[in-house]
Amino acid sequence: MLMNGAKALLESLKAEGVEVAFGYPGGVVLRLYDEIYKMKFPHILTGHEQGAVHAADGYARASGKVGVVFATSGPGAANLITGIATANMDSAPLVCITGQVANPAIGKDSFQEVDVCGITTPITKHNYLVKNVNDIPRVVKEAFFIARTGRQAPVVIDVAADVFSAEIDFNYPEIVKLPGYSGKYPVKAEEVEAVVEAVKAAERPLIFFGGGVVSSDTAKELREITEILGVPTASTLMGLGSIPYDTKGYLGFAGMHGAYGANMAIQNADLLLCVGMRFSDRVTGRVAEFAPKAKIAHFEIDLAEVNKNVAADLKVLGDLKESLPLFLDKLKKAGVDFKAKFTPWRDDAVKKGEEHPLGFADSGDNITPEDIIEKVEEILGENTIAVTDVGQHQMWAAQFYKVREPRGFLTSGGLGTMGFGLPAAIGAKLARPDKNVVLFTGDGSIMMNCQEFVTAAENNIDVKVIIFHNSLLGMVGQWQRLFYEHHYSASELSYKRDFVKIAEAMGVKGARLETKQDLNKLEGLLNEKGAMVIDVIIPKEADVLPMVPGGKRLDEMVLRNNN
Amino acid sequence: MRTYLLAVLVNNTPGVLTHVSGLISRRAFNIESISAGYTEDENVTRINIEVSVESENELDQVVSQLSKLIDIIKVVNLSKAPSIERELVMIKVRATKKERADLVNVVNVFRGNIVDITSENVVIEITGTKRKIDAITEVLAEYDIVEIARTGAIGLSRGPVPVKAM
Repeated sequence: MLMNGAKALLESLKAEGVEVAFGYPGGVVLRLYDEIYKMKFPHILTGHEQGAVHAADGYARASGKVGVVFATSGPGAANLITGIATANMDSAPLVCITGQVANPAIGKDSFQEVDVCGITTPITKHNYLVKNVNDIPRVVKEAFFIARTGRQAPVVIDVAADVFSAEIDFNYPEIVKLPGYSGKYPVKAEEVEAVVEAVKAAERPLIFFGGGVVSSDTAKELREITEILGVPTASTLMGLGSIPYDTKGYLGFAGMHGAYGANMAIQNADLLLCVGMRFSDRVTGRVAEFAPKAKIAHFEIDLAEVNKNVAADLKVLGDLKESLPLFLDKLKKAGVDFKAKFTPWRDDAVKKGEEHPLGFADSGDNITPEDIIEKVEEILGENTIAVTDVGQHQMWAAQFYKVREPRGFLTSGGLGTMGFGLPAAIGAKLARPDKNVVLFTGDGSIMMNCQEFVTAAENNIDVKVIIFHNSLLGMVGQWQRLFYEHHYSASELSYKRDFVKIAEAMGVKGARLETKQDLNKLEGLLNEKGAMVIDVIIPKEADVLPMVPGGKRLDEMVLRNNN
Repeated sequence: MRTYLLAVLVNNTPGVLTHVSGLISRRAFNIESISAGYTEDENVTRINIEVSVESENELDQVVSQLSKLIDIIKVVNLSKAPSIERELVMIKVRATKKERADLVNVVNVFRGNIVDITSENVVIEITGTKRKIDAITEVLAEYDIVEIARTGAIGLSRGPVPVKAM
């Protein structure tokens, strides 16, 4: 069928099952936007390209589908960079389509020209510059295949402006032919068997799981393995929800601000079953003394992650979707009562954690972060996706929010991008309208993409936004208190930001909670229909604890009240 | 530090060199030389990379990170397989009539060629291993070297099995 490149692009997206795209128009993508108009292609206009890419990311993380973004050339594409890097670090699948200046103008420093492929090479799994209209169907097909298979990640397609108008006889390919990429990650049975043997020989095994379990949708298998083994479990920030918070032996998330019990168990275990995680510096503490007593068995799809930061004694390469069922099967057939063997160690690990539980001291009339997070969780219940921005509130949410399911806690873990939260929450709600979506953010983070309140209002997107308002860039302030002699250099937000008015100015309802008694209003506010901003005043100088200071071992935690 | 020669087969598409060089800089790998050229298959380009690493583990990282690139079909560490390595260098040396005869002798010993002569200089072409090229440049340092151009190492496996089948 004959059509122009713009229509061919949209038809290709439809063929990939794309239900909505996030974007922002501009000069070189006018032809594309004209076809969006004519085809009534579902599109959400955000207030900023960064909002669009984070929204697509939130959509992808909440649904497991590929998020799609449109942006124009030059500044439009450049504004996507933070969002692409965010998605890349956390392995979220995106296809970002940017306009490029027309073929004859490329390389001439033309108006709104930027080298998109050059800039995005280190932060994407792959990228394309499309200069010929006939490449569109193949490139889109490949881009989706690459983004959603293997270790998921963003792919960028940069399209020269004249390609949108050029004519093509459209046929969508059925298969992908990439000589260097099969998208298949088979598992070797002998590698799994070696881990089963290690489990048999172990006294104190611990399952340590990460975001790979979430993106491969293998929480079910992981839960069964946990059940059979009767071992304690710990999560990374990205793995939250894969094991429900109330599972026996679940110790919480580990790392810099992880739970005492989780960090201690890692340091005491003699076998770590590391599943779909990448040993980020935030998780390992001083890497040379991470899990010093343990053999490390690494279940991982990405070969380059094995031995990158922490040397693995055993590896199981390949898709968790294949390796975990195989591991489960072999454990069942091992003829060992693992549960009887390991539950005493599991119970010890839990008991150890109870020596220093998370939690705040009573703060009188002030609302503590713990109060608000627990209350919100209690009101909204299980059918909820919690989203965070970055900073103290993020760590508090990770510590106190009771995450029950994978894709139930969305956060920028690897890149730590302030401003991720609001657009990601919008994307998550669009992906899962059946879920409540609540954003925990701070008075610093929310300002970084607060223009997206309009997006929520305009599209009737029901997200509840809880702002932890301490008039300070809390995490920066915490480090300044601890390591820089309390010098609040450029971290105080002393000029009053009236978030209720900001929300109202952009068509979103707002309310403020200042004292513990105000928490009674929370249920009414959260049950209202439509987007809502709840500005919660919290004490200025609360710390996120425990904390493993930089360069320290995981068991060298600063604990609350030094107890 | 040890240097290894990697033979990297890639799709012959625009952007592939950006992807390879971008990866090298992003991961802070040490590269001694990199060269690329056409192969017996018009769809495939061969990139030769000499990489310096502190450990085997670092070498594995380079190979697995490269292997992840979509454009890359195959990465083979030629230094670990029976292989032949060659590099080509062209050296321009200032030489008047007086020094010429001497230079011809040196070049002959190294089985090089003199490919250009003017009244003021000669251009010498030498092919060989890195060690041989280092040796002749050391000898020529006694003369006045004007400029040097080196290709970096390229290599082939010995025997009938090509890199693409390894």
